[in-house]
Amino acid sequence: MIHSLFLISNAGDLFLEKHWKSVISRSVCDYFFEAREKAVEPDNVPPVIRTPHHYLINIYREKIFFVSVIQTEVPPLFVIEFLHRVAETFQDYFGECSETTIKDNVVIVYELLEEMLDNGFPLATESNILKELIRPPTILRSMVNTITGSSNVGETLPTGQLSTIPWRRAGVKYTSNEAYFDVVEEIDAILDKSGTAVFAEIQGVIDACVKLSGMPDLTLSFMNPRLLDDVSFHPCVRYKRWESERVISFIPPDGNFQLMSYHISAQNLVAIPVYVKQNISFFETGSSGRLDITVGPKQTMGKTLECLVVTVHMPKVVLSANLSATQGTYNYDPVTKILVWDIGKLNPQKLPNLKGSLSLQSGAPKPEENPSLNIDLKIQQLAISGLKVNRLDVYGEKYKPFKGVKYVTKAGKFQVRT
Amino acid sequence: MSLSYSCNGHICENLLVMDSFVRFLKEREQEQLIKILSFLFYIFRHDDLKEMLDSNKDSLKLEAMKRIVAMIARGKNASDLFPAVVKNVACKNIEVKKLVYVYLVRYAEEQQDLALLSISTFQRGLKDPNQLIRASALRVLSSIRVTIIVPIMMLAIKEAASDMSPYVRKTAAHAIPKLHSLDPEQKDQLIEVIEKLLADKTTLVAGSVVMAFEEVCPDRIDLIHKNYRKLCNLLIDVEEWGQVVIINMLTRYARTQFLNPNESLLEESSEKAFYASDDEEDEDKKAEVTTLEKRKPYVMDPDHRLLLRNTKPLLQSRNAAVVMAVAQLYFHLAPKAEVGIIAKALGMFEPYLKSFYIRSTDPTQIKILKLEVLTNLANEANISTILREFQTYIKSMDKDFVAASIQAIGRCATNIGEVRDTCLNGLVQLLSNRDELVVAESVVVIKKLLQMQPEQHSDIIKHMAKLIDNIQVPMARASILWLIGEYCEHVPKIAPDVLRKMAKSFTNEEDIVKLQIINLAAKLYLTNSKQTKLLTQYVLNLAKYDQNYDIRDRARFIRQLIVPTDKSGALNKYAKKLFLALKPAPVLESPFKDRDHFQLGSLSHLLNAKAAGYQELPDWPESAPDPSVRNVEVKDSVCAERTVLTGPEGAGVLLLQTTRGSSNILFHVLLHHSHSEQSSGAEDRKRGRKAVKNQKSASESESESESSESEDESEEESEEESESDTDVRKNKTIAPSGSIKMYELLHRITGEGLAVEYCFSRQPFSPDPNMVAVQIQFTNNTNSETKNLHIEDPRLQSGMRIREFAEIGLQPSESVTVVMGIDFCDSTQAANFQLCTHTRKFFVSIQPPVGELMTPTFLTENNFKKEQGERTSAHSRFNTHSCPTDCSFSSKHLSFFSSYVVVTPPPPPSAPVYRFAGKTVSSGCLVLVTVTTKEGGGAQLTVNCEKMVIGTMLVKDILQALSQ
Repeated sequence: MIHSLFLISNAGDLFLEKHWKSVISRSVCDYFFEAREKAVEPDNVPPVIRTPHHYLINIYREKIFFVSVIQTEVPPLFVIEFLHRVAETFQDYFGECSETTIKDNVVIVYELLEEMLDNGFPLATESNILKELIRPPTILRSMVNTITGSSNVGETLPTGQLSTIPWRRAGVKYTSNEAYFDVVEEIDAILDKSGTAVFAEIQGVIDACVKLSGMPDLTLSFMNPRLLDDVSFHPCVRYKRWESERVISFIPPDGNFQLMSYHISAQNLVAIPVYVKQNISFFETGSSGRLDITVGPKQTMGKTLECLVVTVHMPKVVLSANLSATQGTYNYDPVTKILVWDIGKLNPQKLPNLKGSLSLQSGAPKPEENPSLNIDLKIQQLAISGLKVNRLDVYGEKYKPFKGVKYVTKAGKFQVRT
Repeated sequence: MSLSYSCNGHICENLLVMDSFVRFLKEREQEQLIKILSFLFYIFRHDDLKEMLDSNKDSLKLEAMKRIVAMIARGKNASDLFPAVVKNVACKNIEVKKLVYVYLVRYAEEQQDLALLSISTFQRGLKDPNQLIRASALRVLSSIRVTIIVPIMMLAIKEAASDMSPYVRKTAAHAIPKLHSLDPEQKDQLIEVIEKLLADKTTLVAGSVVMAFEEVCPDRIDLIHKNYRKLCNLLIDVEEWGQVVIINMLTRYARTQFLNPNESLLEESSEKAFYASDDEEDEDKKAEVTTLEKRKPYVMDPDHRLLLRNTKPLLQSRNAAVVMAVAQLYFHLAPKAEVGIIAKALGMFEPYLKSFYIRSTDPTQIKILKLEVLTNLANEANISTILREFQTYIKSMDKDFVAASIQAIGRCATNIGEVRDTCLNGLVQLLSNRDELVVAESVVVIKKLLQMQPEQHSDIIKHMAKLIDNIQVPMARASILWLIGEYCEHVPKIAPDVLRKMAKSFTNEEDIVKLQIINLAAKLYLTNSKQTKLLTQYVLNLAKYDQNYDIRDRARFIRQLIVPTDKSGALNKYAKKLFLALKPAPVLESPFKDRDHFQLGSLSHLLNAKAAGYQELPDWPESAPDPSVRNVEVKDSVCAERTVLTGPEGAGVLLLQTTRGSSNILFHVLLHHSHSEQSSGAEDRKRGRKAVKNQKSASESESESESSESEDESEEESEEESESDTDVRKNKTIAPSGSIKMYELLHRITGEGLAVEYCFSRQPFSPDPNMVAVQIQFTNNTNSETKNLHIEDPRLQSGMRIREFAEIGLQPSESVTVVMGIDFCDSTQAANFQLCTHTRKFFVSIQPPVGELMTPTFLTENNFKKEQGERTSAHSRFNTHSCPTDCSFSSKHLSFFSSYVVVTPPPPPSAPVYRFAGKTVSSGCLVLVTVTTKEGGGAQLTVNCEKMVIGTMLVKDILQALSQ
């Protein structure tokens, strides 16, 4: 299936290669580099590239291209999902998945890749199993290892491998048992010029951090489970209970994991927490333009909007921006042509405004289209869909754990057309 | 690398050597010097690493190996270290060992001879008691691509395929394709191993062996038959990656084995049309008879249904590849009416239209795909919304996307007649766009649209004729010229003028434009030769000397065709018809069409080209192959109903108590002797049938069973008893008897004279079958009457219910027994309540041992296995625990759980299997207990139960009981 993997930085530096079958020369990546050049933006590189003898399937994540080499038929999604799993594993192990951390931990990375695939077919991808095989690096452990000469590699088969609960390791023990759930909702929306939502939907996830001893069996129920009709679950969740009772019943993995994700697309359920008044215009003569943006709260359910950021991808001809912001700071990068206005917390009494002039390349025709605005925001203690966790019950263990639920709403792909 | 270790003595020496070389070669040419230097460097560069690898310290070795692996990761050549590294293959330090493995697998192919040195280590590893070491030895051994060890690999794989550890068996499955790619001649032997592993019942192996099957012998679907149902049932518990592979394989399998569920619908409709005609009635009747004979009504094969049913829950998987695999399965296998269920998961159909609206920040390929979806979803109802949306796309800065949007508008216009004019007008407006690419794309699309109804649009054609002065994109110029030529009659004045201009610029045009100029000239010559004769001659002359032979040929051909000469024959007369024939309007098609024949979601489907190793999705068979091939033989089907139970006197029943005195789980071990194993099948069956009928009697026997410790005795007795027993099957439950443990609810002293004890009577609680019957015995030890004894203020976990007993009174030193029901909701949570008398209140609580939450059920062995399969598929996670080897389960005990024996199949002499079934009282959840004894005294206990907790606790309790 997956023959080889190459990691390539955004700058085009091939900094890691791993082969699961016979070695394939890294020159195969030339086809990738060709496509990369053609695509201009890294996001636009086609995920599947065909070369005379191989297929290159790649993902772009954290400024790294994960390029896998395939020789025979395999569902492309299979490979793409796997590559994402690799990236997530790195993130899990090293805190972040970046060129530097991968280079710093190259041996562990190599050991991980060795365990994750055998002959190109996934072998162990569950974080809990991997962590028993190869312990994640910590400062303390690396110190102890250097002194005692002990290693990061487990000597016995992880218990999860053999059980039908591969995601949980056996014999977990905590002094304080806790289970925290974060309900994170992202609003994906497109607003048109007049501010009405052309399209809006909510992508929600429930992230869990469960540190419970033994083999707890948890049941999470919602006040309003009917809201959820399109859901995907972590493999630990029992589909049947969800189908019949609309409760989430599961034996949790140990540590952090994503319990479920859901999707709410019914328009009337999606509140738009923010409105934008904008006026961007380019003048026919004088190589200049004007920009005026005001942001205000809309349906915020009485909560404050935080971390408000407006990002504008300006047309190529915009050379510089001379603006003034009543709140926050703005920055225009003339190379990437991206204007970022970091507003911060929204004060409903005094609406933030960004106003001023844009100077264009002289002689160039004025841009056809006004750039659209991308909004970032955050609302604490609110799930914009109204989803509420009712209760969490722990069965199978005697202790009473600390339980907690946190809600947060963010802007996902939130775009305002102009 | 070596510089950082220059303090090392070895390196200093090397430098000295190099130095002398340098002096020696001073007079030589510079170039050569550099060559030699680099050669020297090559020889010595890894000396420090070699030295570290040779050292005694594991930490040094580890450091060296880490640096070597880092080199490999960066793609640096480290092959010269092979001898030094391979020596460490037997290193004690597991991390060093693992890194050596990494190195070995990477370079073994290049250094075959040296690699052989390591083989013996792996052969030893294959025998290691630690399953992880066995597995990794096999992994590495099979990854060493050296042909000479093929026989060793083959042997290792065969052995590993029957290893005790499923993990090792999984590794064996992984090794199969490795060996196959190294030496395809081993195929036949490998298929045997695959066949063996396909029969494996563990989820761990299933995905890997199907993967091996797909790589080695994907055409041998006959190997799947017997495993089909098992694979379907295991599917939900297989890891995600295995699920994808299995589902894809089963899709292909189903296409060869089942009938097309949509075929019948098609035929039905055609039949109706057939019957509608009243003519030829006789023939009709004949046809009717034959069709009736031919076609039985379609009934879906239950196995086909099983696959659809068992894959459906996986649509909720977090793994997109799994969701896609299920979606394609439904697409290819499900009746049309059911395909809809995948739409929600994939978000594919109309209600989700807006999910495909495009953001300016989407990657180009996503934009193009979304556009494709939007175009396909467009219909009369939503076209206005979609067109409005398209208008915003046309303004995008991403020009490829704009071009694709214009094409999409064109496709909508051709598909939906109502909006053709609107679209056309919109596109005409785009002709004045500043961006030439936009204009060019519009021209091309407009050309196609105009072809559908040119008469009404001569003004647009005129407009486009004017564009020829400005627009430079060759494709657009060619399109305009073609339009003018084709519809020159609609623009009689402009057309000759355009030709004039083109004649002037002919030499500077691109080839496609030149061809269209020739075309235009020819058409004008035929319709308006007066004005254009000379121009045409001129253009044809220019073309005659063009560099491109295609253009020269075309000119020669057209001249012969249109200009009448002596030689030109019959064709000349038809020239006009040839050139100005009515041409069919082009169909604007999706760039994604024509790939239906590939399995959805495959690489080949994505690329629209067959990738290596792609397995064609076969067509449905005309008639269904024999479905019985999937029947799994139950070797002992005759004995399936043979049930060995204790007789009424139950001599063979042994009561065990768990270590936790409080939670008493009744655990009967029916003594079992080799004698019964040897007895003839017929006799066994007879005895068994009778035994089934006697379940009730088991209970009565308990008092005795407890006392009868002697195993041999009890066996014999039990046999005799079962023979003599009569039909008492009606009452399956166990009457309370002295043997049932009494628990104290209220002590005489705390109760101020009132003593309360309770037990679980194990009888159905008649007012509510979902409740556990609790028998409570009150004893009044005082001298006064206790009145109004009742329950108050129950504090229960949510869902739990209590059915109180009726209020009673107690005379001094009287003892009264009542029964109450508690629905524990299948949990071992205590039921708390207050026991009230006319004077006092006592807080009490009843906590059931897990075994008391169940009642027996009767299952035949076949049913048991089926249920067990379904339990597994029903997303229950069953626990598998191994009993300690010294437990009493060795070979003489036939265990019998909570006094509910169900089936005991004839145990194969070496490793008998015992099965017990019960169900939980509250929800009726099946609880299946299987005890597999192993040779040498060990036993494996499996509890299948949808309720995880119950299962886990039961295992714990049983293990505890057994270890006593």
